[in-house]
Amino acid sequence: MATSDVKLIGSWASPFVIRAMIALKIKSISYEFLQETFGSKSKLLLQSNPIHKKIPVLIHAEKPICESLIIVQYIDEVWTSGPTILPSDPYDRAIARFWAAYIDDKWFPSVIGLARGQLEGEAKEAAIEQMSVGFVLLEEAFVKCSEGKGYFGGEKIGYLDIALGCFLGWIRVTEKMIGMKVIDEAKTPCLVGWAERFCADSAVKEVMPEIEKLEEFAKLLQAMYRAPPK
Amino acid sequence: MAEALVLLDFSLSPFGVRVRIALAEKGIKYEYKEEDLKDKSSLLLQMNPVHKQIPVLIHNGKPICESFIIVQYIDEVWKDKSPLLPSDPYRQAQARFWADFVDKKVVNCGRRIWLVKGEEKEAAKELIECLKMLEGELGDKPYFGGESFGFVDVALVPFYSWFYTYETCANFSIEAECPKLVAWAKRCMEKESVSNSLPDPHKIYDYVLQVRKRIGID
Repeated sequence: MATSDVKLIGSWASPFVIRAMIALKIKSISYEFLQETFGSKSKLLLQSNPIHKKIPVLIHAEKPICESLIIVQYIDEVWTSGPTILPSDPYDRAIARFWAAYIDDKWFPSVIGLARGQLEGEAKEAAIEQMSVGFVLLEEAFVKCSEGKGYFGGEKIGYLDIALGCFLGWIRVTEKMIGMKVIDEAKTPCLVGWAERFCADSAVKEVMPEIEKLEEFAKLLQAMYRAPPK
Repeated sequence: MAEALVLLDFSLSPFGVRVRIALAEKGIKYEYKEEDLKDKSSLLLQMNPVHKQIPVLIHNGKPICESFIIVQYIDEVWKDKSPLLPSDPYRQAQARFWADFVDKKVVNCGRRIWLVKGEEKEAAKELIECLKMLEGELGDKPYFGGESFGFVDVALVPFYSWFYTYETCANFSIEAECPKLVAWAKRCMEKESVSNSLPDPHKIYDYVLQVRKRIGID
């Protein structure tokens, strides 16, 4: 398939875009990456995702697919010759989808405020608590899903690994900002090992941004979102 | 093969209705257990410890939570009858996108109309915008799924029984603004799986009035 047949509109720093990039790498799909300029939205993005106007957008044979988890499932269903991303058993699929939805609907909103530097005092404490509680739940989920193997997906990276692992760069940046570890040996020992394995995986290491670059980017975000001083 | 299937649900929940419609479409027999949301059963808390919410489908003792995840599970396990998701990956992605849109936008606006004091006019306006986008997606098709009833139809039609509540709380007419969508809903209601699963709109309104009183809006 020609490279120009597959395009990904996104940003190197966005964990949601990273999900799509990991899935494409797992299936060894060549694609053209269209980097959006920070602070503005390209005409192509607005045309391809008029409803939400958000990245990532996968364009395959000129047809757009939006929403990161929908994109990952699409990639898995279209390119069937590569390693599978979603579990084959319907119940295991339901569990993977459940935790991916939890990550996006419950856990991520508590984290984004921290990363943007928007939160102070009690709100900040509450977000840190929510993030930590989330990780303890995800540790339990890992133990159940992995069945003693290295990933949520078992022997290899799967849907839920991608859904959570995409945030690891930002998690490290946030840990430095708040001065404490949320993935740590004491509370989430399995996730510590998983995080290292995930980031070292060949499908991940080239697309996971460097922490230093993310820290610089975080400063831009914080300037944009921080409430003015009282 | 006897399948042990139990649905923990609340009769008025549109999310529960999604699951009931899917089960009816596939002709699946199950045991229905009504939950008292003010006094949740220990079974519910055990089966959905993370969210403690209905619906929960328990299949041979194993719980599946979250309405879309349950509907997809039902579609995948009972795949030989009345498929809800299309087999084509692109059409499947589109179906997931629009179902997600229903959850992100329609549900949110709907809730704000009856649950948040002072927001009804603004939320009603946004709801109409969302429903118009859905009308655009429906086009001339009989169902969102095309010729046959599908995933997006299941996602959205439970909210038809909430239209009366939205209209009464915010004093507007959904049919006047979105006639095609209401025509679609009435078409869906001709299916037994839908008409047997949707609660009476007046029961929903009575329930909403009770909740509003309890939380101090009325």
